[in-house]
Amino acid sequence: MEATVDLEEKQQENFGANFEFHSPLSETGWPRWFELERSLNWRKFLEQPFPRRTDENWRFGDLRAVRLDGFRSSSLPRSSSTILEQSKGFPNIAARVVFGNNVLLDMKIYDLPSNVVIQSLKKAAKEYKSLMQEHFLRNSVDLGSSKFRYLHVSQLNDGLLIYVPNGVKVEKPIEVFYWVDGENSSVFPHTLILMQEASSATIIEHFRSFDGERALVCGVNDLHVSKRANLQYFAVQEWSEKALAFHLNTTHVEEEASVTTLSLNIGGGYVRGENVSHLRGEGARSLMLSINPVSGNRVVDQRTQQNHLSPGASSDLLYHNSLDEQARTIFAGLIKVAEGAHRTDAYQKVRNLILSDEAEANSMPGLEINADQVRCTHGATSGEINEEELFYLVARGIPRSKARRMIVMGFFRSVLERIEDSCLQDYFEELVQSHLNLK
Amino acid sequence: MPVEEKPVIDIDRSIGDFSYDIEYEYDAGYGLTERTIDYICDVKGDPDWIREFRKDALKKFWEKPLPTHWASRDLENIVFEKIRYYLAKDKMPKRSWDEVPKEVKETFERLGIPEQERKFLAGVEAQFDSEAAYSNIKAAIAKQGVIFVGSTEGLHKYPEIFRKWFGKVVPTGDNKFSALNSAVFSGGSFIYVPPGVKVKHPLQAYFRINAESFGQFERTLIIADEGSEVMYMEGCTAPRFETSTLHSAVVELVALPGAKIQYITVQNWSNNVFNLVTKRGLAFEEAEIKWIDCNIGSRLTMKYPGVVMKGRKARGEVISIALANVGQHQDTGAKMIHGADETTSNIVSKSISIGTGRATYRGLVNIPRHLKGCKNNTECDALLINANSRTDTYPAITVRGQGNACQHEASVSQISEEQIFYMQQRGLDEGQAMSLAVNGFVNDLVRQFPIEYSVELKRLIDLEMEGSVG
Repeated sequence: MEATVDLEEKQQENFGANFEFHSPLSETGWPRWFELERSLNWRKFLEQPFPRRTDENWRFGDLRAVRLDGFRSSSLPRSSSTILEQSKGFPNIAARVVFGNNVLLDMKIYDLPSNVVIQSLKKAAKEYKSLMQEHFLRNSVDLGSSKFRYLHVSQLNDGLLIYVPNGVKVEKPIEVFYWVDGENSSVFPHTLILMQEASSATIIEHFRSFDGERALVCGVNDLHVSKRANLQYFAVQEWSEKALAFHLNTTHVEEEASVTTLSLNIGGGYVRGENVSHLRGEGARSLMLSINPVSGNRVVDQRTQQNHLSPGASSDLLYHNSLDEQARTIFAGLIKVAEGAHRTDAYQKVRNLILSDEAEANSMPGLEINADQVRCTHGATSGEINEEELFYLVARGIPRSKARRMIVMGFFRSVLERIEDSCLQDYFEELVQSHLNLK
Repeated sequence: MPVEEKPVIDIDRSIGDFSYDIEYEYDAGYGLTERTIDYICDVKGDPDWIREFRKDALKKFWEKPLPTHWASRDLENIVFEKIRYYLAKDKMPKRSWDEVPKEVKETFERLGIPEQERKFLAGVEAQFDSEAAYSNIKAAIAKQGVIFVGSTEGLHKYPEIFRKWFGKVVPTGDNKFSALNSAVFSGGSFIYVPPGVKVKHPLQAYFRINAESFGQFERTLIIADEGSEVMYMEGCTAPRFETSTLHSAVVELVALPGAKIQYITVQNWSNNVFNLVTKRGLAFEEAEIKWIDCNIGSRLTMKYPGVVMKGRKARGEVISIALANVGQHQDTGAKMIHGADETTSNIVSKSISIGTGRATYRGLVNIPRHLKGCKNNTECDALLINANSRTDTYPAITVRGQGNACQHEASVSQISEEQIFYMQQRGLDEGQAMSLAVNGFVNDLVRQFPIEYSVELKRLIDLEMEGSVG
């Protein structure tokens, strides 16, 4: 009896493991300390089973979608010059960095204070060893994808460090592009952002597929925001519809610091986003936003945590999903207030706008409160386009399909309005609009 | 800023905290094997299909793991080998209190059951350990064709109705504890209300655990035929023992088209009791099932009353009040499964955590594909009394397709200093002020209870709040 169970478990574990990744090689250009880290993570990756049906962190998730069969380490992109040509985003920027298939292709500085460091991770690991050892891949929280985080570390070829020193304010956005090219290619984007005291910056990351092929993305982003610093971080995800993408984000917010993150999921086949905010000081503020226009057979599976570790901090999460055709969304959020994190102010809201009869929205907004004098609320709603609103617009001569579009855009606009800069608001709105295929 | 530590309180459960030395006629001994099942079947004279049903359930119970991948690990502290699964003095309940054995009768008198029966109840069943000691229904109601008996009697005397629905709402393998109940169930009520009959006064069951290291596994099945109405109330107590006690019930409700069932629970087990209960109702067209669930006692309660809305315009409702004091974990919630168009459900949950008490809300709302006009509304509010109190909320909501609406709101708050200060200015001491504020917090829910129960509930809350502040 037990033997068969064991066998089934074993089969399940091997299920999806028919990939072509290699154990990390030595002489990769990484310093010795990080090579050790890579081997260690490779071992952990092989040992750790794939997510199982009983994992609470994968409830409603599609375990068949996260198999790694066929994926391989990627070779150089076919056409670096075309990639560079197509790496266009926000019109007015301070710097642009482009990666293609895990290789740094280009770095251009236009208008950046001289003491800001933008550096490839490989170089940074040597030049800023202590800084990197302190922050690089530290304090990760497991919301279910640790196996894929191990894979990320073991396969990491390069990434980016952005370091903004004390009191430095970067006016224009810094833009980073991560591209994937080739069928079954795998990319491991990694950006480490270190905002020193009272600094400020805006960073936009673009995740793009060069073709419409199947690809694996396993990205990690760590944002460290020191006292009184201010960071706006935007992730625009436009992977191909056949891509399996993991985006694991961790944000650390210290005393009186303030962070806004927006994840905009336009592409991807199965997108698993894990987003954690650690509030580590009095007056720390984290605003977590997400916009997800999902259609076709795409799945957007998001897990979040607002982790209040010290008193008097605030966090606010607002996720808007529109679901068309056979789209599926999963949202599992947790507001976690640690013992002693009194006077916490936390809010969490997910809204699902269902546009077809085949779409499915799953919401799991959670609270774990272990402190006093807190104000924590969460809400989840699912509904359709209000017929009266639609009628109002149609009665004014607007075609039905256009009216629907306007209502959906208005639904997303209410998230974008939480961003301070109106140029950025408009830029993201246009991006969403151009990708919104409504019938 | 230093946070003022408020002293936590002692629970007054004196009302139910007594036990009698009873000489049991029937005792299945400790532990659970196939022989235990045979013993229970032999004593009860179960038909063969029940014996098979029980044995099949026992296998499922053994196969199923504890649900600790999401639930409290405190479940691992239940020692199934050290529990007595069947203890009874008598197999059949008495129809008159005069025939009930003296100690048992005294037990229920101390709990005020016969008095309540005279005052406002349509029928009473009083269960003492594994079997009902007393069961009676007012003649006028019986004349209308209402059946109100114990589960054994229901299964023996009315097999054609009983068998049709038994185990159909809560399948044996639903969870480990429903399987356990299905294996060793004894006691509980069987109710049938004929078409169009509206039972004006509530029917009541009282569950009493008297013996140490005992497990109570009552099984209740209520069938409300077309257009009928019934209200069922259950109360429970147990003495405070050093060892833990297990209570694992299964309750199945069937509301046929147009019927209404209200099921009210005031759970006040002593805090050595593991209270792991599966409650679910099946509502047909335009039927309504309402669970009013109040959890004040026990060490760990896991209970998520559910409604499966199978017919058009069926309605499900769960009103839940949970009070978690020191050493208690109230893991409660609701499940709403929409299975037809225009079904509506409502969940209102209020919990209060005192001292190190932990209150958890777990909810499930499912609106599947191709349904139209379904609505769910969920509200969860939690109140934290002390700095070390804990509360969690874990809802899961699935909506497929257009044409349905679902909303969930939850909040966590404290009683404000100003509120307490204001009341103190008017001459209340801090404890009274706290108690008043807590009663205010749950007041709109308590009002939904029959008046006799809401008075009792307020008194219990006052008792729990006594000394919760210093």
